[in-house]
Amino acid sequence: MGESLANSQLGAFAYDPAPESTSVVNLHASYGLFIDGEFTEPSSHEHFVTLNPANEELLATIAQSSEADIDRAVRSARRAYDTVWSKTSGAERAKYLFRIARLIQERSRELAVLETLDNGKPIRESRDVDIPLAAAHFFYYAGWADKLDYAGFGVNPRPLGVAGQIIPWNFPLLMAAWKLAPALAAGNTCVLKPAESTSLSALALAEILQQADLPPGVVNIVTGDGASGSALVEHDGVDKIAFTGSTEVGRLIQQRTASSQKHLTLELGGKGANIVFEDAPIDEMIEGIIDGIFFNQGHVCCAGSRLLVQESIADEVLRRLVRRVDQLRVGDPMDKNTDIGAINSAAQLSRIEELTAYGEREGATRYTSSCVLPEKGYWFAPTIFADVAQSHRIAREEIFGPVLSVLTFRTPEEAVVKANNTKYGLACGVWSEKGSRTLWVAQRLRAGVIWANTYNRFDPTSPFGGMRESGFGREGGRHGLEGYLDV
Amino acid sequence: MSEERLDVRKTYKLLINGAFPRSESGRSYKVETATGEFLANVAQGSRKDVRDAVVAARGVQQKWWGATPYNRGQVIYRLAEMAESRRAELREHVMLCEGLELEVADRLVSRTIDTMIWYAGWTDKITQVLGGANPVAGPFFNFSLPVPSGVIGIVSSQDSSFEGFVDAALAPIAAGNTVVALASERRPTPAVLLGEMTATSDFPPGVLNVITGVTSELAPVLCAHEDVDGVDLTGVAPEDVDELNVVAAGSIKRVFRLRDVDDDALRRIRAFVETSTVWHTIGQ
Repeated sequence: MGESLANSQLGAFAYDPAPESTSVVNLHASYGLFIDGEFTEPSSHEHFVTLNPANEELLATIAQSSEADIDRAVRSARRAYDTVWSKTSGAERAKYLFRIARLIQERSRELAVLETLDNGKPIRESRDVDIPLAAAHFFYYAGWADKLDYAGFGVNPRPLGVAGQIIPWNFPLLMAAWKLAPALAAGNTCVLKPAESTSLSALALAEILQQADLPPGVVNIVTGDGASGSALVEHDGVDKIAFTGSTEVGRLIQQRTASSQKHLTLELGGKGANIVFEDAPIDEMIEGIIDGIFFNQGHVCCAGSRLLVQESIADEVLRRLVRRVDQLRVGDPMDKNTDIGAINSAAQLSRIEELTAYGEREGATRYTSSCVLPEKGYWFAPTIFADVAQSHRIAREEIFGPVLSVLTFRTPEEAVVKANNTKYGLACGVWSEKGSRTLWVAQRLRAGVIWANTYNRFDPTSPFGGMRESGFGREGGRHGLEGYLDV
Repeated sequence: MSEERLDVRKTYKLLINGAFPRSESGRSYKVETATGEFLANVAQGSRKDVRDAVVAARGVQQKWWGATPYNRGQVIYRLAEMAESRRAELREHVMLCEGLELEVADRLVSRTIDTMIWYAGWTDKITQVLGGANPVAGPFFNFSLPVPSGVIGIVSSQDSSFEGFVDAALAPIAAGNTVVALASERRPTPAVLLGEMTATSDFPPGVLNVITGVTSELAPVLCAHEDVDGVDLTGVAPEDVDELNVVAAGSIKRVFRLRDVDDDALRRIRAFVETSTVWHTIGQ
């Protein structure tokens, strides 16, 4: 793109709204717990509400699991493991998983709309990323179920038993797929606890499991708040805990499981460095930086939230980024043109507001998009901070929102030191046309995933997970089986 | 008129950053043989010694991992050569510490030296065995590499003073980690001997640090240290494991405990490696 075109007022073009229809989704007024193959009332008869974060309208009420409900779900999973699933051949398990993958594909439009209603993410992302990847995960791990002998962990590797799985709200159905598919392929049964604010797609998945005739109890889905998750973590009948969420909660879970024989994998927070060298192709790089931080409103543990830009191009990169941010379309998540949707909850919005206030107070320079935010719902305009120092809170703490911190460097050595100057180790990006330098940097980054000349790519065949305080264990690929096998 | 020669005894010291200091605390403690006879006064390491050792291990980790796997294999092979030439001394100490018959101790030392060779051969195999290319659905070259966790703290077996120690220390070292190892409290001298051998095996200073002393005093320091990436709690008393697990969770450490001696050997190596996955665009 030439400079003249890039300078034109693209942001001034008017778009007509192009809303996706929500008629494809039939919401129930109230949802129960999915235990032993059926939807049941919680023992407490308590429900909580789930809202559409884009307009704060009530979507449905969701069952709150008590300790007794968690116990019932774990017992159901144990019974299914002992009587059915551990006696089901790998080839048969594979066929169930293939069925589930196909059912997700068949109902993909409905699931995408449901996900966007409940989560607030743009329909473009739930339609093109979340749902297709969820189906792909089941399809990929289906193929492993009868090939575990070839996975590199010795002959006849055994499953662990009952897996308790706790997932976050940022990619609700996709995270459910990341957890369930490898666990079931390896021969475990599951109790899945979705995030409190995004239970709906997991409950739709429960219907899909019924349609697939998955034997009752092989997967149980228990909705609720942190207390429900805590009850699952502490339940004696669980052999394995897999958790995706914040480092703070992950630390608590590691401590709480310390005196048990439970296996544990943790996929926690991050503060990903996106390193930009002066020779990088600038147009792709600008789009990559934008995608790296603003994808899914920045509600991404591996977001490229720290931009490390080489000093020689820092001014130009910042100028282009600020202009590009102003062109991002923020608003109705159901609109197919929308780039940035709603913040998932009021609590998350206030956390983003608190940290960005610190950014200004600590002396960083703030650029915020001039976009008009909707009146109702939870919204945060995409924001870039320049002149950020490594000691600033916005450079050290995970914001989990559409906020980019820009720092500079002169040499590759300095870039590596700054990138690694964090307690986290989840993901990094490197942008350069010089392959040898990219690999040199990649070798030195302490991160589980490194994207070179791209960012935020996910694939079921590609292991994902962190180092250091970003957790341990991998999801995806052959490596993703390890956390669900007794090896 | 021959007079029996008085032998020259050795002072058993710590190994930190390639040097052999007495504990900075000046403390030592008495070590006895399995039959209760005096064997040696051994340095009683302190919290500060552990912290110094972690600094040394961190300082050299990038260098050790940055060396070619071929080179790392040769360094470990060199250790086996040194052990072979000092096998009489090793056998003596294993026999005394573990209360074994001479032939049994001899077989144990032989087996352990063979284990060193085995690890020497692992250094340039781990990447291919644990890593690989990933066939993603898009125009990307995508590969996963096993990389070391970093600095590993080891509380080695209290009983298996030599064989257990070598297994615990060399598995992470072969994978590119650096190690701070607590020797068996009651049977520390074989580990001290191994440390001495690394000094003549081209081990960069700090790759293996050996601390002797009281396990219940030092293990919590190692488990709490924020610059330690993983801990092996094999030698911790069962009643103390839970508490140390909790301490280690403070900085999300990788925790390993040997299940039994016949554990899959690759499990030891996998315990302290991380998978790093690199995506690169493919285009003209």
